[in-house]
Amino acid sequence: MSEREKLVVIGNGMAGMRTVEELLALAPDRYRITVFGAEPCGNYNRILLSPVLAGDKGLQDILLNDLDWYAERGITLHAGREVTAIDRARRRVRAADGTEAPYDRLLLATGSLPVVLPLPGADLDGVVTFRDIADVERMLAAAAGGRRAVVIGGGLLGLEAANGLGRRGMEVTVVHLAQSLMERQLDAPAAALLRRSLEARGLRILLEAQTEALLGAERVRAVRLADGRELEADLVVMAVGIRPNIALARDAGLHCERGVVVDDTLQTFDPRIYAVGECAQHRKTTYGLVAPLFEQAKVCANHLAFVGCTRYTGSVTSTRLKVTGVELFSAGDYLNAEGGDELVYQDPAGGIYKKVVVRGNRVSGAVLYGDSSDASWYFQLMREGTDVGEIRERLLFGQAHVGDAGHGGAHAVAAMDDAAEVCGCNGVCKGEIVRAITSKGLFTLEEVRAHTKASSSCGSCTGIVEQLLALTLGGDYSAPEVKPLCGCTGFTHEEVRRAIAENGLKTLPETMRFLEWRNPDGCQACRPALNYYLLCAWPGEYRDDGQSRFINERAHANIQRDGTYSVVPRIWGGVTSPAELRAIADVAERFEVPAVKLTGGQRIDLLGVPKERLPAVWHALNQAGLVSGHAYGKAVRTVKTCVGSEWCRFGTQDSTTLGIRMEKLCWGAWTPHKVKMGVSGCPRNCAEATIKDLGVIGVDSGWEIQVGGNGGVKVRATELLCRVKTMEEVLEYTGAFLQLYREEARYLERTAPWIERVGLAYVRRRLVEEDDGRRALYARFLDSQRRAQSDPWAERAQAPAHTGEFLPLARVG
Amino acid sequence: MNEPVRERVTAAVGADPAWVGIGPLAAIPVRGARVVQGPGGDIAVFRTSDDRVFALLDRCPHKGGPLSQGIVFDCRVACPLHNWVIDLEAGAACAPDEGRVPRFPVRVEDGIVYLDLRGRPEP
Ligand code: SRM
Ligand SMILES: Cc1cc2nc3c(=O)[nH]c(=O)nc-3n(C[C@H](O)[C@H](O)[C@H](O)COP(=O)(O)OP(=O)(O)OC[C@H]3O[C@@H](n4cnc5c(N)ncnc54)[C@H](O)[C@@H]3O)c2cc1C
Ligand code: SF4
Ligand code: FES
Repeated sequence: MSEREKLVVIGNGMAGMRTVEELLALAPDRYRITVFGAEPCGNYNRILLSPVLAGDKGLQDILLNDLDWYAERGITLHAGREVTAIDRARRRVRAADGTEAPYDRLLLATGSLPVVLPLPGADLDGVVTFRDIADVERMLAAAAGGRRAVVIGGGLLGLEAANGLGRRGMEVTVVHLAQSLMERQLDAPAAALLRRSLEARGLRILLEAQTEALLGAERVRAVRLADGRELEADLVVMAVGIRPNIALARDAGLHCERGVVVDDTLQTFDPRIYAVGECAQHRKTTYGLVAPLFEQAKVCANHLAFVGCTRYTGSVTSTRLKVTGVELFSAGDYLNAEGGDELVYQDPAGGIYKKVVVRGNRVSGAVLYGDSSDASWYFQLMREGTDVGEIRERLLFGQAHVGDAGHGGAHAVAAMDDAAEVCGCNGVCKGEIVRAITSKGLFTLEEVRAHTKASSSCGSCTGIVEQLLALTLGGDYSAPEVKPLCGCTGFTHEEVRRAIAENGLKTLPETMRFLEWRNPDGCQACRPALNYYLLCAWPGEYRDDGQSRFINERAHANIQRDGTYSVVPRIWGGVTSPAELRAIADVAERFEVPAVKLTGGQRIDLLGVPKERLPAVWHALNQAGLVSGHAYGKAVRTVKTCVGSEWCRFGTQDSTTLGIRMEKLCWGAWTPHKVKMGVSGCPRNCAEATIKDLGVIGVDSGWEIQVGGNGGVKVRATELLCRVKTMEEVLEYTGAFLQLYREEARYLERTAPWIERVGLAYVRRRLVEEDDGRRALYARFLDSQRRAQSDPWAERAQAPAHTGEFLPLARVG
Repeated sequence: MNEPVRERVTAAVGADPAWVGIGPLAAIPVRGARVVQGPGGDIAVFRTSDDRVFALLDRCPHKGGPLSQGIVFDCRVACPLHNWVIDLEAGAACAPDEGRVPRFPVRVEDGIVYLDLRGRPEP
């Protein structure tokens, strides 16, 4: 075995250690790792220094990686040793105490330094900054002895420091140069509300106040302002900003501007040296919040591990203030500098202010004060660039008021009782989730899902769980910008699909190998998704991998809670005949089927069939001409119809015939999630077409095509795609719509969330405005259907090749 | 269509009568499982992508779901009912879930899979 390469990390903080963690997950044996940290301890959660100062947490609660953590992973940690020189020619670093270490690769993660104003008296005892544990210890010591504190700076850090010292019993004055607090995150109305509530907590706030000097002999005694006022002070905290800590890099001759300049792979101008965190400058921007640093860490680790194909392209950030009882959120173009529309809700008496900036039907910024329960939702709309044109007038009332007829009422997450149920699927209440987050140190939605099961089923409570994370962790939490397909990869659904198409990947193992799946076997989440993507990309050519399908699709029947299965034959457009009904009745009797039920999809369900008998049941149904209804698949399910003009006194169109033709066209297609359709003969809409994935409504002049409806967990009504005249046109639009959905939606995303994500305007453009494009989609759909439409039941009822799936291997004992 | 179910297969490993042959390894799909009907209930016999074989009682520790019907990956299976992940080697639910599934000793010789059904299954 060859000698491992040497990686040296300078900076033992949040970005550096996150990179190391990500790296170990990808390539545990690639490097011998040495870490230098100027602070004398392991890595801790710097963000939580504010709650420590305020007394809500102890120092022991905020440690992220203790000394054992390093030892267990074979990492050499030089804690308390500051690196003072990098010799790039000899590839060595040297610390202040003389310790040296050679490197093959070097990671700079030196963070920032607090800005110290060059005022007379700035070096007096009792003048501190707010950056690390030592600062907090100094402040606590002062709080124990002294009475008065002056905090210079009314930004995020300054206010958190002021609040903490106030909570520790000091009389605190905040001196702020600008006209309003947190002017880099808040507009004037929100800042005014914030000021009011901080003053109500006993803080004194001086705006447009410039500090001129710090007075005292050895220890600070007072602060003098430019207008001559003097404020007595036993402690002065300077929280006027941070600047990237780049002296070391600059001395080593690395190209620096405001920070150490890095490219999209976090590499500096010296290819052996990488930089992450607050010290790095990427595309002209430096960051001072953890969410972007964690994104950088991921990409950097990826390149250090030599599996590099990801890029960091910058982050959208948001801010929250961690002062208990103050709810405040801000993100994006909150000042509306770029000229959008401002949607504003103001209740000064109730202490609530919400502003959402919308530009070109996309959310471009938001400020929330007093009620930030919809913060994650607005932030998500903003980052994903979701089209909000249709929900604009309800946007300010929050997510609960948008297309969510089933629930209604605002989720005041913060005000929710601990015993209130959050996840209806898994019966998990708020208290349990919050406890898991704090006691197990959870950071992400995935971790909460794994530990509590909340939000792991239908996902409708995801928003609330994300808000609980945000609420519990403060600004520490940020939903990842684009989610990877699953834990086996860093790639998103879209990236995977593109790779399959562009590189001609045609099998599961080939795809996983090419994309460097962390786990060569994949998992239960990614294998079905990949199987579908391959099937969709290479119709007729890809050989379906049954072992990568969920049991229902592998066995072509629905598994029940007792391990038996249900059988739902297709009943085209809901129209049946005495002969079919008789055949179903005969089968039910002959096989002693315990339950026969009419489904909500106009069909008949035979429930409780043991797996071994499925092929025989299917064979008997096949003989009467009945085929699989795909009631078990991420596939085209039903086309629900009403009686229509043939019989109904109101009917204007023959909905039954059209429904049957649509079902004949579309059956057998595998889709990202299940697809349900409906056709009503007139706008009375007895087939409930307006909550279907695709619904058609007969009108005098022809047909209205509606898309994106959903019954189920979160009810959403369809939106009008277009009006057409003939059945043939409906069929073409239907096929093209399904194909667009098949090709572009993420696996397990139904049409409703898909359309909410990409916007109806996009779907309209692809299907209605671009005639050639629609025809091409339709042609691809037909091509795929030619190969997809064979009854899976018939195949299995006849071919012995499939018996292994259905019969026990042996009977013993 | 019916492949005969092997009734009371008696082939034994070497001279040891405790091991009962249940069929050829090739009859179990790679990254899949087959069911063996045993005296104390169904037994799920799994085969991983690297051809290791494991036998567990076919009952999920959560609510009794048939593990044999789940998706197999690495040395694990995801229960088809509520997605608990069970480690095949340890016979235990993967964290954060908790629970154990009884295991049966199993071995493969000359392409035939044998189970040892004596006594109680290993907890
Ligand atoms: C049988 C049936 C209930 C009935 O007795 O009427 C049924 C039964 C199940 N539904 Fe349903 N749904 C049935 C109509 C519906 C309808 C009504 C409809 O289609 O008109 C809806 C609401 C409409 C919709 O989907 O938009 C419906 C919304 C759901 C959902 C929620 C989907 C959502 O997007 O929120 C699930 C869960 C899922 O798919 O993840 C679900 C899942 C299920 C599953 C498959 C649960 C499961 O995963 O095992 C049930 C399987 C039972 C079985 O073994 O047959 N079922 N389900 C209906 C079968 C219709 C058919 O002929 O195929
Ligand atoms: C009080 C407070 C509250 C905050 N609240 C939030 C919040 O709510 N949300 C949010 O997103 N962010 C918040 N932040 C910002 C967040 O903590 C930082 O963005 C993050 O810690 C930066 O990570 P980093 O690794 O770049 O730097 P750091 O975490 O500062 O790590 C850098 C480390 O490198 C060490 N070092 C520097 N030079 C050398 C050298 N030459 N040799 C050896 N070691 C060296 C330093 O001692 C330090 O330990 C807060 C920060 C503070 C101080
Ligand atoms: S509503 Fe649907 S998923 Fe729920 S119990 Fe009824 S059939 Fe099952
Ligand atoms: S029965 Fe297996 S997960 Fe519930």
